[in-house]
Amino acid sequence: MTGNFLHAPYHVFLDRHLEFCQFTSNVSHSSVFRRFDKGLNRMDIFAQLIVSGIAVGGVYALIALGFVLIYKATSVINFATGEFMMLGAYVCLTLLTYLKIPLAVVFTFTLLFAFVLGVAIERVILRPLIGEPVISVIMVTIGLSSILKGLAHIIWTADFRSFPEILPAEPWDLGFAIVPSALKWGFMFAIIGVIIFTIIFKYTRIGIAMRANASDQQVAQSMGISAKVIFALSWSFAACAAAIGGIVIGNISGIHPQLGLVGLRVLPVVILGGLDSVGGAILGGFIIGILENLAGGYINPILPGFKDVAPFIVLVFILMLRPYGLLGKRIIERV
Amino acid sequence: MRCGDFKDTYNKDEAVFQSVFVKIWLSIFMLFLLVFPFFANEYILYMANLIGIAIIGAHGLNLLTGFTGQISLGHAAFIGVGAYTSAILVTRVGISFWWAIPMAGLMSAVVGVIIGIPSLRIKGLYLAIATIAAQFIFEYVFLNWEAMTHGIRGINVPDPKLFGFQFDTERKFYFITLFFVVAGTFYARNLIRTRVGRAFIAIRDRDLAAELIGINLFRYKLLSFAISSFYAGVTGSLWVSFMNIVTPEHFPLSLSIEYLAMVIVGGLGSVLGSIYGAFFMVLVPEILKFGTDPIKNIPVFQHIFAPVREVVFGSLIVFFLIFEPRGLAEIWRRVKNFFVLWPFTY
Repeated sequence: MTGNFLHAPYHVFLDRHLEFCQFTSNVSHSSVFRRFDKGLNRMDIFAQLIVSGIAVGGVYALIALGFVLIYKATSVINFATGEFMMLGAYVCLTLLTYLKIPLAVVFTFTLLFAFVLGVAIERVILRPLIGEPVISVIMVTIGLSSILKGLAHIIWTADFRSFPEILPAEPWDLGFAIVPSALKWGFMFAIIGVIIFTIIFKYTRIGIAMRANASDQQVAQSMGISAKVIFALSWSFAACAAAIGGIVIGNISGIHPQLGLVGLRVLPVVILGGLDSVGGAILGGFIIGILENLAGGYINPILPGFKDVAPFIVLVFILMLRPYGLLGKRIIERV
Repeated sequence: MRCGDFKDTYNKDEAVFQSVFVKIWLSIFMLFLLVFPFFANEYILYMANLIGIAIIGAHGLNLLTGFTGQISLGHAAFIGVGAYTSAILVTRVGISFWWAIPMAGLMSAVVGVIIGIPSLRIKGLYLAIATIAAQFIFEYVFLNWEAMTHGIRGINVPDPKLFGFQFDTERKFYFITLFFVVAGTFYARNLIRTRVGRAFIAIRDRDLAAELIGINLFRYKLLSFAISSFYAGVTGSLWVSFMNIVTPEHFPLSLSIEYLAMVIVGGLGSVLGSIYGAFFMVLVPEILKFGTDPIKNIPVFQHIFAPVREVVFGSLIVFFLIFEPRGLAEIWRRVKNFFVLWPFTY
């Protein structure tokens, strides 16, 4: 930044963040390659990368769902998704460590918290901006992310924290590949989340109302569906999805106020799948997860850190060639 | 008491200096800017330099986002490109700082045009995401293109020189900054009165309508990206010579956001707004620093500054967007009008 006007603490942040990225990118491999340290078999590595990719992809899909829910209902991209994740993870961790209550109860409370957070933010910050230009809406979510990040930093300090081992730590041996324990549980939670949200969205009354609202707000309103309720519900569902994603990611790589950066890494997933497509978000999650891991496995040794930018390079190409994504509706106006 | 503005020709309406008073006050202000460094201490001059450099960057972003309506979350990347170009040219090729500045601007402009190409197909949210991607890709390049950027170690850059005169103190550098700020402001203010500037505004207000009245969107959008990134390149180049060092950490996404915040708080689509915004956003952290100073020594609050800054920052953005979307420039206009029209309300 223009110099010091970024201030010393930021550099500390960045260092931490770099470490953090390093950590997230290594965690899925280190435990994995230990198995292959004698005579690395090419096919085995490939299978391993694909499997880890699918596991990470499940988490991405869940977070991407949050983006899609909000976008479908309100045509907003929530750049604070990452911070929703971080808050979810922190709340869950705090409840677990201080109250020592069963996991299921903690989980319910965390979701409740996320639900309320979503409604509150929609009501206080997003509602006044309905009908404002896109830049205002984008910037307000970015401002929000900054506020949440700062608050988390004040409340929980910048220390790295990790979840206590509540779930049995045993990796998943598929024969041709191993899924590390954290990744295994993460994948399971994420997939359950994805399935629940998809079912809600496809088959329940609320979900149908949400879809009706997305396809035509006026008609939906004349059928007695309140747009206000739908907006609030979309934000709170998205916050819940993000909170689950946050807990999963936090469990894999530790929790830190900068955890929210993972939220931005899901943007390529959403765009690849199509911003308004639930199926696309799931598909995109797996594709990007696998792609990222392959890039990490094969290109990182030549170009260090390439894993982290690979999705963004893909993103640029998708935007140039097929901005509506794989399964999105083709309503992009070309000017 | 001056009651209202009465303009009977278009030329008067378009004038840069709207009245004789403006000219007089502006001359006095310029004189002040020239004289004040001789009375100010190093710290104030340091801040003045930072503000000046930020003003140039904010002008660039405001031309792109405020006037042309193209959202960019990659401004820091363009500043970084300018900074690195300048640093590499000065240290490796050995050309002087004075040539490096325009070269850095041009390099950034070229990069800006390349990043701007997607804007021909996509806009709004999608463009914002594309520029975020560019931001991350450039951060990666700065960090990992060891041969060029020296990676995390960064590049040390000497102070600029002119005819054997070394600009090595804050005071001396201030005059370089001042020159570029005045030139940049003057150019931006004039640009928006011309055909090009009006085309930008037309594109912002309704791109389809702009195309129908004969504005070549392809040309003008890319031109806007080029000019905006040129400003960013100059910003980066100045910054690097002021700080004497450049590392990849200096151009994170948060810098892009900070510039957007400046433009929004200052006033989108207002040249004066960029100046107010840059001024405000550079000073806020400093004020906060003084504010958190007394409690800094209490162990619990030791690291309170960074997060508080972040919270205040976010709150400012949210507050301005909800309550004063046209920014400080609009507040200033209202206050001014109150006094100009006083005691009448219109």
